[in-house]
Amino acid sequence: MRITQHPILTFDRGKEINFTFNGQPMKGYEGETIAAALHAAGVKVLGKSLEKHRPRGFYCAIGNCASCQMIVDGEPNVRTCITLLKEGMTVETQEGKGRIK
Amino acid sequence: MREVELLIIGSGPAGLCAAISAASSGAKVLILERTFKPGGQLVKQTHMFFGSESQYASHRGVDIAGILLKKVEEFGDKIEIMLNATAVGFYEDNVVTVLKDEKEYFKIKADSAICATGAFEKSLAFPNNDLPGIYGAGAVQTLMNVYGIRPGNRVLMVGAGNIGVIVSYQLMQAGIDVAAVLDAAPRIGAYLVHASKLARMGVPILTSHTVKEAIGKDCLEAAVVCEVDDHFKPIPGTEKRYDVDVMCISVGLSPLNELLAMRGVEMKYVPQLSGSVPMRTESCETSIPGIFVAGDASGIEEASSAMAEGYLAGLCAAAKLGHVPEDFEKRKAEYLKQLEGLRSGPVGDRIRAGMKSSQL
Amino acid sequence: MFEKTGVATREMVMTKFPPIERINKGPIAIVECYQKIPCNPCQTACPFGAIHIGEDINNIPERDENVCTGCGMCVAKCPGLSIMIVDGSKSEDTVEFRIPYEFMPLPEVGEKVVGLDRAGNPVCEAKVIKVMNPPSFDRTPVVTLEVGREFLYDFRNFRREA
Repeated sequence: MRITQHPILTFDRGKEINFTFNGQPMKGYEGETIAAALHAAGVKVLGKSLEKHRPRGFYCAIGNCASCQMIVDGEPNVRTCITLLKEGMTVETQEGKGRIK
Repeated sequence: MREVELLIIGSGPAGLCAAISAASSGAKVLILERTFKPGGQLVKQTHMFFGSESQYASHRGVDIAGILLKKVEEFGDKIEIMLNATAVGFYEDNVVTVLKDEKEYFKIKADSAICATGAFEKSLAFPNNDLPGIYGAGAVQTLMNVYGIRPGNRVLMVGAGNIGVIVSYQLMQAGIDVAAVLDAAPRIGAYLVHASKLARMGVPILTSHTVKEAIGKDCLEAAVVCEVDDHFKPIPGTEKRYDVDVMCISVGLSPLNELLAMRGVEMKYVPQLSGSVPMRTESCETSIPGIFVAGDASGIEEASSAMAEGYLAGLCAAAKLGHVPEDFEKRKAEYLKQLEGLRSGPVGDRIRAGMKSSQL
Repeated sequence: MFEKTGVATREMVMTKFPPIERINKGPIAIVECYQKIPCNPCQTACPFGAIHIGEDINNIPERDENVCTGCGMCVAKCPGLSIMIVDGSKSEDTVEFRIPYEFMPLPEVGEKVVGLDRAGNPVCEAKVIKVMNPPSFDRTPVVTLEVGREFLYDFRNFRREA
């Protein structure tokens, strides 16, 4: 899902970053957001809606719409479209409102 | 509490130009940027901009961001950009509350402020419009042009305005198939040169069409579209199915300016400017002296106008703070002339009407 | 029709072409800009002053067929990619087109590609003569193609064979 050849842009991807998604090991690159790295790995469902439990995915990419909220390092409601990936992060799909520790 | 002379909220084209303009008059500027990267929507625009040389026409948006940021740097400590800093409140005493890095919460008191907060994408109601795989067109641009990631394999673009056709072209540049571009309006809203670029690539542009429903279990698998009549009512029997894994919603933008409403400036719903906007003077000053607005936050237009407005607002805000350059009148007249030029043609009809009804 | 599909009609296209005698003399810019929009880089880009927009940047550009040399400086500068160069001086059977092409991978010189019309329909075969992508074009490559003369008013784009 990554673009390797582009007429206008070159993508200088940073160093490789390891993280987990629902316990599965995944790789992304430094400088990209959690949602972007998941998308590159083919993960489109990021959580479930509160009442009807419908799948939720990436939508606005600017931190406005709340559709991409996930549990990151145990913290719920993290807007993954604007949160940068870090080495060793644990990322989980969120169901329900989440609980603040 | 930190005190600043001129606070600019937003580092997109309007905010950066406002900062450059104000700093060149001698003002000291702090820019708040809510993301981790300055430049706003410029950073994902790979196409060449329209306008004239004054608004860097014929340069690509992403390169214009670079040009503006280099200019900002030249001002040294006259302009500071604070990243990951979201302005969450704007109060009567010109105190702005800021959430930084999602953790730190503090106040900034500004002598004067320019709201250059941009816009957000409108949504469209249809069954299953919440399926993953349905994205705002701007979000798809971010994925493709900032991170170099394909949103999927085959796309249906909803909206034939400038963003819809430009993003469709960019999707093709990234090697993604565009099944069709549709729009409920009977005519293409985009500049027709952009539409022609797509048409000659073999992408059908379907005017008077809308989305009937999205189909898919966990993610988008297909979309059903249909024709609409003169009153935008679906015409039965005209349904067509497209097997697509991505749908882009590009049905317009709304000004993002709740901070100004919170601060108490006079607002007005102006349909030609795509939403609720602050009333403002010719100098971009709102009903509260010293509070200015520039760019899409004041009404949806092109980035070229946002830049010209930014330069104008920065100049006038600095002047109000006592930094009046010798060539103030000349510069002001020049920016106003640029804006007049950008808004003077037939495609500027709506904007001119909107500006008229939001003028103080 | 144009406002519904983005495809210019033959009548509209013909208004942008000079007489065939001029095309047969040598290269000339065809500026397919039909709508008044605030934009003027073509005027700025022309080293000969052959493209005129004037004081109001919304005016539709006018290209002077007697001044235009077909140098092609405007082709990669037009933000709408609406300009192409045609040259009918090379042979009696073919015409050469220079068109902007912002897709990867670029075609190879000598390659046979599918010529497309303004609606993206295949209309003819075209042969790639030259591919230019210098820094001054700022990543808008310009491809020269040889096309049968009968497609002068139809050819507008190309597609590489899969």
